[in-house]
Amino acid sequence: MKIDHSLPLEYSTKQNGLNIFGFWVFLAAEIMLFATLFTSYFTLEHRVGSGPSGAEIFEITPVLIETLVLLTSSFTIGLGVHAMRIGNKKAMMTFFMVTLLLGLTFLGFEIFEFVHYVHIGAGLQVSAFTAILLTTLGTHGAHVTFGLFWGTAILLQLKKRGLTPETANKSFIFSLYWHFLDVVWIFIFSFIYLKGMM
Amino acid sequence: MKVKSALLMLVFTIVTVLTGCEPLMVLDPKGPQANRQAHDIMLSIGIMSFIVIVVFAILIYVLIKYRASKASPDYEPPHIEGNKWVEMICVGIPIIIVAYFSFVSVQSNYIVEAKPQVYKDKEPLVIYASSSDWKWHFSYPEENIETVNYLYIPTNRPIEFKLYSYGPITSFWIPQLGGQKYAMSDMVTTLHLAADKPGEMMGRNANFSGKGFAENMFNVTATTEKDFDKWVKDVKKTAKPLTEKKFNELLKPGHLGQMTFTGTHLGFSPAPEHHHSGSSKHEEGHTGNSQMDMDMSEHQNHK
Amino acid sequence: MEFFQRFAIPNPSLAIYASMVAIGLTVIAIIAGLTYFKKWGYLWREWLTTVDHKRIGIMYLISALIMLFRGGVDAIMMRAQLAVPDNKLLDAQHYNEIFTTHGVVMVMFMAMPFIFAFMNYVVPLQIGARDVAFPRLNALSFWLFFFGAMLFNLSFVIGGSPDAGWTSYFPLAGNDFSESVGTNYYMLAIQISGLGSLMTGINMITTIIKMRAPGMTLMKMPMFTWATLVTNLIMVTVFPVLTVALAMGTMDRLFGTHFFATTNGGMDMLWANLFWVWGHPEVYILILPAFGIYSEIISTFAGRNLYGYKSMVASMVVISALSCMVWAHHFFTMGQGALSNSFFSITTMMISVPTGVKIFNWLFTLWKGKIRFTVPMLYSIGFIPLFVIGGVTGVMLAMSAADYQYHNTMFLVAHFHNTIIPGVVFAMLAGLTFYWPKMFGFMLNERIGKWAFWFLSIGFCLAFFPMYITGLDGQARRMYTYSEATGFGPLNMVSFVGAGVMAIAFALIVYNVYYSVRYSPRNIGADPWDARSLEWATHTPVPEYNFAIEPQVASSQAFWDSKKKGHELFPGKLEKIHMPNNSGVPFIMSAIFFVWGFSMVFSLWIPAIISVIAIFACMAHRSFEKDHGHYISVKEIEETETKLRGAN
Repeated sequence: MKIDHSLPLEYSTKQNGLNIFGFWVFLAAEIMLFATLFTSYFTLEHRVGSGPSGAEIFEITPVLIETLVLLTSSFTIGLGVHAMRIGNKKAMMTFFMVTLLLGLTFLGFEIFEFVHYVHIGAGLQVSAFTAILLTTLGTHGAHVTFGLFWGTAILLQLKKRGLTPETANKSFIFSLYWHFLDVVWIFIFSFIYLKGMM
Repeated sequence: MKVKSALLMLVFTIVTVLTGCEPLMVLDPKGPQANRQAHDIMLSIGIMSFIVIVVFAILIYVLIKYRASKASPDYEPPHIEGNKWVEMICVGIPIIIVAYFSFVSVQSNYIVEAKPQVYKDKEPLVIYASSSDWKWHFSYPEENIETVNYLYIPTNRPIEFKLYSYGPITSFWIPQLGGQKYAMSDMVTTLHLAADKPGEMMGRNANFSGKGFAENMFNVTATTEKDFDKWVKDVKKTAKPLTEKKFNELLKPGHLGQMTFTGTHLGFSPAPEHHHSGSSKHEEGHTGNSQMDMDMSEHQNHK
Repeated sequence: MEFFQRFAIPNPSLAIYASMVAIGLTVIAIIAGLTYFKKWGYLWREWLTTVDHKRIGIMYLISALIMLFRGGVDAIMMRAQLAVPDNKLLDAQHYNEIFTTHGVVMVMFMAMPFIFAFMNYVVPLQIGARDVAFPRLNALSFWLFFFGAMLFNLSFVIGGSPDAGWTSYFPLAGNDFSESVGTNYYMLAIQISGLGSLMTGINMITTIIKMRAPGMTLMKMPMFTWATLVTNLIMVTVFPVLTVALAMGTMDRLFGTHFFATTNGGMDMLWANLFWVWGHPEVYILILPAFGIYSEIISTFAGRNLYGYKSMVASMVVISALSCMVWAHHFFTMGQGALSNSFFSITTMMISVPTGVKIFNWLFTLWKGKIRFTVPMLYSIGFIPLFVIGGVTGVMLAMSAADYQYHNTMFLVAHFHNTIIPGVVFAMLAGLTFYWPKMFGFMLNERIGKWAFWFLSIGFCLAFFPMYITGLDGQARRMYTYSEATGFGPLNMVSFVGAGVMAIAFALIVYNVYYSVRYSPRNIGADPWDARSLEWATHTPVPEYNFAIEPQVASSQAFWDSKKKGHELFPGKLEKIHMPNNSGVPFIMSAIFFVWGFSMVFSLWIPAIISVIAIFACMAHRSFEKDHGHYISVKEIEETETKLRGAN
């Protein structure tokens, strides 16, 4: 592969450019996916059947913690990409690791939240509202989980193969993914939790 | 191409002969709503035939005029990018046609979604029509009677059908009185019809609902108001009352013949109307913003 | 025992047992044949692991043709059942299964792969690229589609076919009213192949935006490439909606959730909305590439450049935007009220304007042309009048008040077949004939091809025009029978005859392939049709790397310019070419998806979980794998080029 040194490492080969562009298109599809989930959520929000409503089950504390943790992780991965741009592999890996740890924390809280919901009678099968709530949150959570594995794989490759056009490309794409999940979470936070609690 | 158009003509001739003299059901309206719809259909067939003929004419002309076998061997087709005026006409004329159709369509929407104009002074007869696998139940709350798989209606009076389903989505359709509307399990839809003359008609569920769908039909009899009142009286005298147990039996999947009861199921198994108090609003606005309305009311119900 | 009962067919019949035997024998024959001729290695190396867009295109094509016959048999059975009143050929259950699978197979597993076949084969050649942007992903797309299709077809012999219509409206498709696993197959098979379609969308957009030959600006792309770009944009937009809807449906059926159920707040109308938010753009996903193919063919055989190129592009973009704003016209009768119906009625009618522009542009392309009536051209010319009839009946259906009378009737069935058959199927057959020489190095026989065209067109008219009339006479769609008193009998018999004539046409097409394989001359050169765009500028058969030298483009018909105006198409020098390596992972991963889907259909949780883990293992493998592709040296290229030039 030809490497063009005038471009940042993650863009330096033709395939790298294609990968990043393709990933943006993929994110567009992801936006549609979450948009559909949100639309369905708004449609089913008040259809609680004999189950509880959002106002009855949402609790602000864990949600705030989750939000803070995830926002921070978005910041740290930004720092990681910055470190990558200036060629500091060690700093980059550290920031990526911090990001993943924060992601794991987020996931822990979310699992705790899910267990809590099931416990208080807001399980998946209770009503249309609980189904769409847990599906929307669960889809985001599944994305985060996937991101944790993916990020770990990239870290391993960074460690073994160093900062090459290929690993840089993967890391950059991963950061796009992570930021995207953060944006989705902001929507979840505002339009599911805050709106539901009001 | 000549062969083909000749063949097409042949097909149309066969079809016309085969259908015979009997008018097609939808184009043989027996009420004001179906009248309007038949009018729209004939209007659109007319204008659309004109478009089809224009396209056919241009196509046949260019195919005959510019076929290679006629052209000289050294003829080189010119390079033409396009012409602003030609393209403006190609956009303009369809836009005019679509605008006209839109106008007609919107107007008809408001007509078929409202109480028939010709009978607007008369109080509508409300009939709750509900489907279960694979039957129709008709409840007359005012008359306090209920029928299965057949419908008696008075002529010259608006009829307001309240539709819902005890199962899959079905579609209530009496072609000669007017177009169909869905019956669903979690909301009530409203269909306005009326009959001009006494007569027998076919009604059916038009929306696929499983194994017994093909036979999911009912008879419609339109009679004068006097005969209708007589029928109601007869029913009250002869029919047995509809109990909850009996009704639940009727709901079981299968086919039933025609049945008649006094009393309706609305008491023990009410229609899924979410506007219990605001039914007048429901009538006027129909189900304009049905989804939102329903969500809101459901919310209120649970508060 | 109970465990095994699940896999039994709930409504067996002689036809199904016979098909089971036939399927079994075919599988044995294929395995025995491959073993006897020692072709396993060849199959694996050259096809199952290939990432070459041309071979993937051909595999899509073959799958589409097979599915066309499966769906076609369904169609014949339906028409046979309805040919006479009170027919007992099929019972209600079988009829319901057949029209359901007919719809799904034709839309998802015939039309979709057919357009993918041409997108894959033609687009990289048309834009002068060596392959698509992500060749490995492309292979994965194909195999996901393939295994999705296989999973769906398996329902016929294991567990029972879906029977709730191709639209699968809830609550009918829910557990309460569809107890057999058929609808599970529907949800999961379409989900798997839908994933493949989404990936194709990402791949094609990236390919077209990023990999065009030097000089090919967006407004110099051939029309089929434009159509592909617009189509894939729609695909990326709406397939996620289907993904979500199917996931919800699956959860309702397998995990007892209440998204679309009738109790606990579920909303059956949500499915209808989500389904058609995908479903309506889906028909434009099918028709736009067809329009692209017609544009190429009409311009080639009129011997003229495409009239109104810019307005052609603009109209496609407008159509794609409008296609996402019309979905509610599929249920005007759901009681949204006059205001909402008026909105969707107007947006729907507006689509006819850009479509009309396209029709007129094709007519003006013929104007002052030098029209050659080849088989692809016949299909394209037959398309125009027939599609116009389908289009104007579409405008009629768009008038929502009148639609109350058309909805759910044979009129509607006639309308959408009237757009899809002359629109999509004719285009696919035209494209098949047009690109056949490029794909296989010989032409299909024109004489047999013309016969097939006439049989198909006349059969089509006979089969579908009567439905307009019976629809207006009150024949609802999806009825497995009707009584003599309805008077539908004679016209339905005409339909059946028409279906038979269409079947003869397809048989002729098969015969044509056989005949041409045996007797067609092989020395046809690279440009047998005297065509205009880049795909004809390379050799036949197309070498692995497509173009030895990257082409230089200055107009939307670069090849024509190089033939007639002395445009220098290949100004560069030979250089070594980078190509991707083959890989078995896409095939294996998709096969695991198949296992996953099957396990989910029958709620076999343990194999389902194991397959999910295996799928992630495949992804991890891909992540850690070092695959930099390979280079083809200048010497090798020169050898190939000399050989191919000699062949011509």
